[in-house]
Amino acid sequence: MAFNYDKYLRLEKMPTLWCWGCGDGVILKAFVRAIEKMGISQDDVCVVSGIGCSGRFSSYVDFNTVHTTHGRTVAYATGIKLSRPDKLVVCVGGDGDALAIGGNHTIHACRRNIDMTFIVINNFIYGLTNSQTSPTTPKGMWTVSQKAGNIDPTFDACDLAIAAGASFVARETMLDPKKLEKIFIKAMEHKGFSFIDTLSNCHINLGRKNKMVSAMENLEWIDSITIPKKKYDALTPEERLNLLPTGILKEDTEADEYCDMYAEIQKVQQGLRKVISQDDFAKKI
Amino acid sequence: MATREVISTGNELAAIAAVDAGCRFFGGYPLTPSSEVMHEISDLLPKVGGVAIQMEDEIGGICCVIGAAMAGDRALTATSGPGMSLKAENLGLAQMAEVPLVCINVMRGGPSTGLPTRVSQGDVLQAKNPSHGDYKSITLCAGSLAECYTETVRAFNLADRFMQPVIVLLDETIGHMHGKADIPTIEEVKAGVVPRKTFDGPANEYFPYDCGPTEPATLNPMFTGYRYHFTGLHHDKNGFPTEEIETCRKLIQRLEDKVAMHEDEVESYEEFMMDDAEIMIVAYGSVSLAAKESIRHLRKEGIKAGLFRPITIWPSPAKKIKEHTDKIEKVLVVELNIGQYHGEVQRAAARLDIDGLFKVNGRALSPHEIVTKVKEL
Repeated sequence: MAFNYDKYLRLEKMPTLWCWGCGDGVILKAFVRAIEKMGISQDDVCVVSGIGCSGRFSSYVDFNTVHTTHGRTVAYATGIKLSRPDKLVVCVGGDGDALAIGGNHTIHACRRNIDMTFIVINNFIYGLTNSQTSPTTPKGMWTVSQKAGNIDPTFDACDLAIAAGASFVARETMLDPKKLEKIFIKAMEHKGFSFIDTLSNCHINLGRKNKMVSAMENLEWIDSITIPKKKYDALTPEERLNLLPTGILKEDTEADEYCDMYAEIQKVQQGLRKVISQDDFAKKI
Repeated sequence: MATREVISTGNELAAIAAVDAGCRFFGGYPLTPSSEVMHEISDLLPKVGGVAIQMEDEIGGICCVIGAAMAGDRALTATSGPGMSLKAENLGLAQMAEVPLVCINVMRGGPSTGLPTRVSQGDVLQAKNPSHGDYKSITLCAGSLAECYTETVRAFNLADRFMQPVIVLLDETIGHMHGKADIPTIEEVKAGVVPRKTFDGPANEYFPYDCGPTEPATLNPMFTGYRYHFTGLHHDKNGFPTEEIETCRKLIQRLEDKVAMHEDEVESYEEFMMDDAEIMIVAYGSVSLAAKESIRHLRKEGIKAGLFRPITIWPSPAKKIKEHTDKIEKVLVVELNIGQYHGEVQRAAARLDIDGLFKVNGRALSPHEIVTKVKEL
């Protein structure tokens, strides 16, 4: 039987403002199926989004939802999660949101390893504001703010998340919605900060001047730049150039989670244990 | 009022007050001269099951506080001028989405990095409109150690009553002042706590932003079975983005009127030796302590001076100011900026001949300077 999305959607908000053929809807549906499979009550889920096309994600799904300011998604979510550590908190942001204006919050949420999931919808461009360069725009591509071609080096979001200390880091594309659904479940079930670089198309704002005028052309390009991690690992450094590995890139189930650690601080201050010292940590620096 | 005697600093008293008033979340970033608020509350909150987090920047500090407040906590952030500038955009979201929180600003010399360890009152106008757009700010200003405590408590109650951020202005002098203060007992504070209004009917009849033209939103805490939407965009009764003309107009008018039409609930001021005053000094914050001392001197010399001290700075006690300025010819506004509240007093008085004594070099005003100026009037 076909999956019935109605329960999880705010149908009165349809149609979405996303363009025809946009990948955001595919990602939204994969997320909804993941929640259904996890069997969590809608009342116990909070979806926090930023600004941009991805920012509207939160208004279309029927959970506790917050549409924050540009780039501040994970900072708002940090307050919500620390206030109610027993609830599921999911952030949705774009590449500009997560890596440009909100880069600092992304780094430090990864570092704290606070138990929430950050779905970064990465379409390589500022879509809502009409084609400005984003931190993931490939070099040489046309953007409205760099019409002579983008010279800014391209950001690898997963490398950043891994280096900053996120305990679960994955990359997937909207080309395979079933895989996406599975990775969302894994990410949300993971205890700690989970980060998913979710590649999506924007044939309207990225594609139109970069020879990918249709959704299919844009998706073929995404397909051509991605390769499963196993295959990627077998390549030489020269062969890896211009390719992004997909799948789970890091999974550390042993890392200290921030809300758990804060509970220890509460115990110290309540006189229930001695102060936290370096001896409490296997990995100190 | 039942009181207790404590020896502490202004910043620490503000932190203690927050916890006594039921605050359970703090998010902030180190910023002189406000940091002691964070130092103190990071010890106090975990004791009562609350959370204090030092975020990666000032913006993160206000954002996580808004998040915790959406989840239902009474929440606090504390900073100084540079941090207020950084927090401004998100204070705007809290105004727009009607999220109650308290933001303490311990003022230092500005603009920019300014005079980090020295006193100023240069953020008074910023407190009126920290963010872009229209809304009605509520800003309280502590004029003594005890008020660092009582005004912080009042700020939490006003935030929940009006569903919006409330700014508490301290200044470096009062924040770092160390001394004895008589503050209300915890029982007294707890008895005065009025938690935010919630809706307990069926979820399908709940419209968080469907309220009278002068009333605040009714925002149930998250995760309680009432799912709705927060946004900084213009929004409808459910909190969803809209550009419908009348809805937009009514929303912004309501953000103004929910405070403007209930100013009597917010208004607070002190009158010191004003009964027979022939000269009115207007001062607030730490400067009012020097002003009181100067008035005692002046009175000894037979000069009938009095002090009018706004405690709620915004909205200003404009009617009361006018009542006095209609009767008293000589009016002197004394402040550690270049006349930020002076303009407000002129507006309230509808007079352009209000005198001013301003100081902007990071040093406190002495009673002697005020006495000298009054004699020149």
